[in-house]
Amino acid sequence: MESLWLSMKLAASVAAILLAVGTPVACWLAYSNWRWKFLLESVVALPLVLPPTVLGFYALLAMGPRGPLGKLWIALFGHGLAFTFGGLILASVLYSFPFAVQPLVASFGAVDRRLLDASAVLGAGGVRTFLRVILPLSLPGVVTAAVLSFAHTLGEFGVALMVGGNLAGVTRTVSIDIYDHVQSLEYGAANRMALILLAISFAVLSVVYAVNRRAWTPWTAK
Amino acid sequence: MDGEVNPSMLLARIRKERYGARPSSFILNVSIEVPPGITILFGASGAGKSTLLDCLAGLVRPDDGQITVGDEVFFDSARGIYLPTPKRRIAYVFQTLALFPHLSAEENIAYGLSDLQEQEIRERVTSILNLFRVEKLRKQKPTQVSGGERQRIALARSLVTEPRVLLLDEPLTGLDAELKSAIVDDLRAWNAAKRIPILYVTHSREEVDALGERVITLDSGRVVSAGLPTDVLNAPRRKKLAQAAGFENLLSASVLDLRETDGVMRVRLLESACEIEVPLGYATPGTVVQVAVRAGDILLATERPRGLSARNLLEGRIMSLEQRGTMVIARVDCGPTFLVHITPGAVRALELTAGRRVWLVLKTHSCHLVD
Repeated sequence: MESLWLSMKLAASVAAILLAVGTPVACWLAYSNWRWKFLLESVVALPLVLPPTVLGFYALLAMGPRGPLGKLWIALFGHGLAFTFGGLILASVLYSFPFAVQPLVASFGAVDRRLLDASAVLGAGGVRTFLRVILPLSLPGVVTAAVLSFAHTLGEFGVALMVGGNLAGVTRTVSIDIYDHVQSLEYGAANRMALILLAISFAVLSVVYAVNRRAWTPWTAK
Repeated sequence: MDGEVNPSMLLARIRKERYGARPSSFILNVSIEVPPGITILFGASGAGKSTLLDCLAGLVRPDDGQITVGDEVFFDSARGIYLPTPKRRIAYVFQTLALFPHLSAEENIAYGLSDLQEQEIRERVTSILNLFRVEKLRKQKPTQVSGGERQRIALARSLVTEPRVLLLDEPLTGLDAELKSAIVDDLRAWNAAKRIPILYVTHSREEVDALGERVITLDSGRVVSAGLPTDVLNAPRRKKLAQAAGFENLLSASVLDLRETDGVMRVRLLESACEIEVPLGYATPGTVVQVAVRAGDILLATERPRGLSARNLLEGRIMSLEQRGTMVIARVDCGPTFLVHITPGAVRALELTAGRRVWLVLKTHSCHLVD
């Protein structure tokens, strides 16, 4: 069960980081009129189509002792980034990026432009408009982004294997643990963990769909 | 207004090109002055009214020009000045109202007051809620109140900020007449007290008559005319404007002869034998002109009238009668078809029915020539 706890910790950290990093990126993507915006949109969507091993491979190269990130990390903290929990978080953030950013972009973009105009006319600057109008009206999108990036990180395998390796208690996530059990023909243990993962995934997706029905949004008329 | 320095006059000279999806690009090119009081901005849809308001509010950046209120410069392309929207202290009531759906009426109204002390915010919100008679709705969300109440809350939210300029984009569309006139009264009272430039977009003649001190008419991005409502709207020079101003009858006619000394000319309505007398225009015999007649300006008689000053008498037959609220629209076939507005009482008293023979009476000066 250690691996399950580790996966939870990883997924929660990644979801939190992605909300913090993804929100400004999503805001820019939703409202910018820059003509080359589609290039950045493509970069954000890359992890959707890239095999996890490809992403993991480049992440590993960058984090290795001779990679730029690895060098920086060693200079700052005195140890490498590859095969650590930190490295795993970083690679997972990249891998789950579109799962956080795309729901945010969609929900920010769905806020009526005239509400933003109204906010500006009433004297509110960009930050205030974001906090008081865009964010509250995008709550379902924010929940979706958090939940999807959490669930997606929980289920990842390829990236975790490439970047994290298989160190018990450090980088052995639940999906790797399941693979290990199957390799050593421990089907019972594999099944227990697989079932838990299945249940969590179902619960999490139910939250996403329920929230997006606007069943419980605060401004729904009773 | 020449020579008079008005401390809060809104002056705008704006040029804005838009390359839309439509084949021809749209160009707004206007120069307007809006003194304190209510100025109606009138024009058919697509004439550029909303684009003009968006430019004044700073939501759309003009390509070229100047916008000033009193001695404050909002925009000056020559000097590179562009004051962002939040700094303009303009109030703008959108056609869609744009109330924040997740905030209560009270929170919506307080939204623009965040710089003030809590005590003052409370006082101002309460007093404006009372002024617009929506005090009991203060805790309600916009989705929980009626259309008219939403409109009042939107007005209150804009006016509570004590703006320097007020822009209203068809704020009363879709309300019934009674509610409309109640809100119009509120607005007039507020205008009398504050006297700031108010630019009011509407399609409705009633609102123009009830509110307008001045009218600016726009067509295809240009100012067509500006002045008193009666002068501007009763003599429409353009066909589109005639339609927007409620001239239900637009007829093509060929000029027969000019009678300069009488100030009139005789024309024959196309595809008919009807000859009528209209005010003299720039035309020569044989040319085709457009004549606009308001349906409410036509009299209807069941016998051939005698001893009238009106010069135009057309015989025809009622094709249909259609009740619209407190008004009946009669379609009368005189060759061309005329729309005539009559009251339900008149329909009963004259026993009008479809198929009945009638005479239409048109005063010469109720017939307007349009371009």
